[in-house]
Amino acid sequence: MQMAAPRLRGMTKREKRSLIQGLLFISPWLIGFFAFTVYPLIYSFYISLTRYDLIGEPRYIGFANYSEIFFEDPLFWQVIGNTLYYVLLSVPLSLGFAFCVATLLNTKIVGRSFFRAVMYIPAIVPAICTSMVWLFLLNIQYGAINGMLQAFNLPVIPFLSNPTLAKPSIIMVAVWATGNAVVVFLAGLQDVPRSLYEAATVDGANGFQQFWNVTIPMCTPVILFNLIMGFINAFQEFTLPYLLTNGGPVNATLFYAVYLYRNAFQFLRMGKASALAWLLLIAVVITTILLFRSSARWVYYGGEK
Amino acid sequence: MSTLQPTQRRFIKQAHKDGSLSTTRFFVEISKYTVLIVLSITWIFPFYWMFTSALKNDSQVYTIPPVLVPIPAHWNNFYDAWTLNNFNLYAFNSVFLYCLPATLLTVISSTVVAYGFARVHWPGRDIVFFICLTTMMIPWQVTMVPLFIIFKNLGWLNTYLPLVVPNAFGGAFFIFMLRQFFMTIPEELSDAARIDGTSEFGILWRIILPLAVPALAVVALFRFMGAWNDYLGPLIYLNNEQLMPLALGINRLRSNITATGTAELAYPYLMAVSTIVVMPILLLFFFAQRTFIEGISVTGIKG
Repeated sequence: MQMAAPRLRGMTKREKRSLIQGLLFISPWLIGFFAFTVYPLIYSFYISLTRYDLIGEPRYIGFANYSEIFFEDPLFWQVIGNTLYYVLLSVPLSLGFAFCVATLLNTKIVGRSFFRAVMYIPAIVPAICTSMVWLFLLNIQYGAINGMLQAFNLPVIPFLSNPTLAKPSIIMVAVWATGNAVVVFLAGLQDVPRSLYEAATVDGANGFQQFWNVTIPMCTPVILFNLIMGFINAFQEFTLPYLLTNGGPVNATLFYAVYLYRNAFQFLRMGKASALAWLLLIAVVITTILLFRSSARWVYYGGEK
Repeated sequence: MSTLQPTQRRFIKQAHKDGSLSTTRFFVEISKYTVLIVLSITWIFPFYWMFTSALKNDSQVYTIPPVLVPIPAHWNNFYDAWTLNNFNLYAFNSVFLYCLPATLLTVISSTVVAYGFARVHWPGRDIVFFICLTTMMIPWQVTMVPLFIIFKNLGWLNTYLPLVVPNAFGGAFFIFMLRQFFMTIPEELSDAARIDGTSEFGILWRIILPLAVPALAVVALFRFMGAWNDYLGPLIYLNNEQLMPLALGINRLRSNITATGTAELAYPYLMAVSTIVVMPILLLFFFAQRTFIEGISVTGIKG
C-alpha cells in the first residue's frame, strides 16, 4: 500500500481500473482486517494502559498494568515458567514424534491410509470430547489406567492432581493429538524426489545416511512450517489446561492463555488482560522472527527459490 | 545338524547365503508393523473407552479391574443422556446458529477475496497479500479482549453474532488456501472470457467456481469442523443455557457431575454424549478423507 500510494498519479487508466477492481474483490477482507484486527489491536493497547472492569469508563493509568505484571505479580513468573515448560517440551516432543511416525508411514507399508487416519483423528474431533475422555482415563479413582494399576497391586498415578505430574500429563495428551503434523510431514516426505534416493544408493549411502543427508534436508521447509505453527499454537494452548486441570493443582498448569482468560473474564481486569495479550503478541512475533532468521542456516529450499 | 540329509543342509546354507539380508529385512518389517500396531491401539484406545464406557451402568464403570467389554451393554444410555439433558437444543444451536451460517459466509467471502488476490492483477497486491498472511500469526487471545468489549457495546453478548458475523470478512487461512488453488487454473480460460466481454465477477462465477468445487469443499469442511469443535468462542460470548452449542452443553453436563460428586450414571452419560458429538466429524472424515488430507498437506507444503 505504501508503494501504491505515491504512484497513484502516474498510473495508466487500465492500472487504475484493475486496482479498483482488485480492491473491490478483497474489500470484505480489507474491512474485516481493519474492523477485527487493526482496530482491536490499537484499542487493546489503549485498554492495556487503563483500569477497566467493563463497568463505567476505562481509567488511564499509564504503564501501571505492565509494571504490576512484571514486578508485583508473583503468579506471572510462575505462568511464564509453566508456559515455557509446556512450549519447550511439547513442541519438540510432538514434532519429533510426528516426524518419526511420518517416516515410518513413508516406507513401503500396507494400510498406510489406515494408520494415517488413526494418527490424524484425535486432531480433528472436538477437543471437549477428547478432554472428557482423558479426564476420565486419567482419573485417580475411576480411571482405566489407574484401575489397571490397582488390579496389579501397583501404586496409582495421580496424573492430573499432582503438581509435578500435571504438566507432563497435559503434554502427553497434546502429543496424542498431534496428527496434523504427521499428515503434513508425510506429505512433505512423499514429495522428496525418488531420483535423489537412487543417486544416494548409487553413491553407496546406507539407509541412515540417506535419511540424514537426503530426507532431512529436503524436509526442512516443512519442518520450519510445523515449528512455527507448533510454537504459535503452544503459546496459546487453552482448551486442554482449562478443561483438564483448570490451571491447577496449585497453579501448576496455569498456562499463559488460561491466565489471560482468568484475568479478563473471571476477575474482569480488562486492562491487565490486554497488557498480557500485548506481551503474548510480542513473544510470538519475536519467536517467529527468530525462527525465520535461523532458517537461512538450516532450511534447504532446493532449486525452487 | 548331523541328522539332516546333505540336500537339506545345502538348502539351509543356500537360504542363509542370500537370506542374511532378507532375514534382517524380515525383522525390520516385523518391528515396523509391531510399532505401528501398538501405536494405533494406544491412539484408538481413548475412543474405544469413550464408546464402551457409554454402554456401561454404574456398577460396570467403577469396578477394578476395569471392564473392557461391557456385558450387558446399556444402549439406552445414548438416548437417555441425550434427551434428559436438552442436547437436541444444543445440537440445533450448533448446526443452525453457528456451523452452517459460519461455513456459508466463510466460503462466499473467502472465495471473492481469494479471487482478488489470485486472478486480478493490481499494483500492491503482493504486499497486501503478505499482510493478509501475517494476520494468521496473531494469537487469538490478543484481539479477544477488545473484540469482547466491542461486541458487548454493540449489545451482541448472548447472541451468535460475534461468532458468525466475522466470517463474512474471509478467513486468512482459507483465503490463502483458495488463492493457491485459483493460481493453478490456466489464465487462458479467463482471457478468453475477457475477450468476450465477461466481467471479472462473471469470470469468477461462470469459469472459476465450477472448477473450484473441490477446493470450496475443503474450505467448507474445515470451517464447519472449526465451528463444531469451537469451545473458547462460545464460552466467552454465550452463557444463556438456551443458546449453548454442543461444546458448552457437554461441559455443562460435566460440571453437573463435579458439583454433585458423581451423580448416577455420570460418566456413562458424559461418554455417551461425547461419542455422539465425535461421530459427525468421524463420518465426515471417512467420507471425505482425501479432501481432508489434500487440504492440510497443500497448506503445509506451500507455506
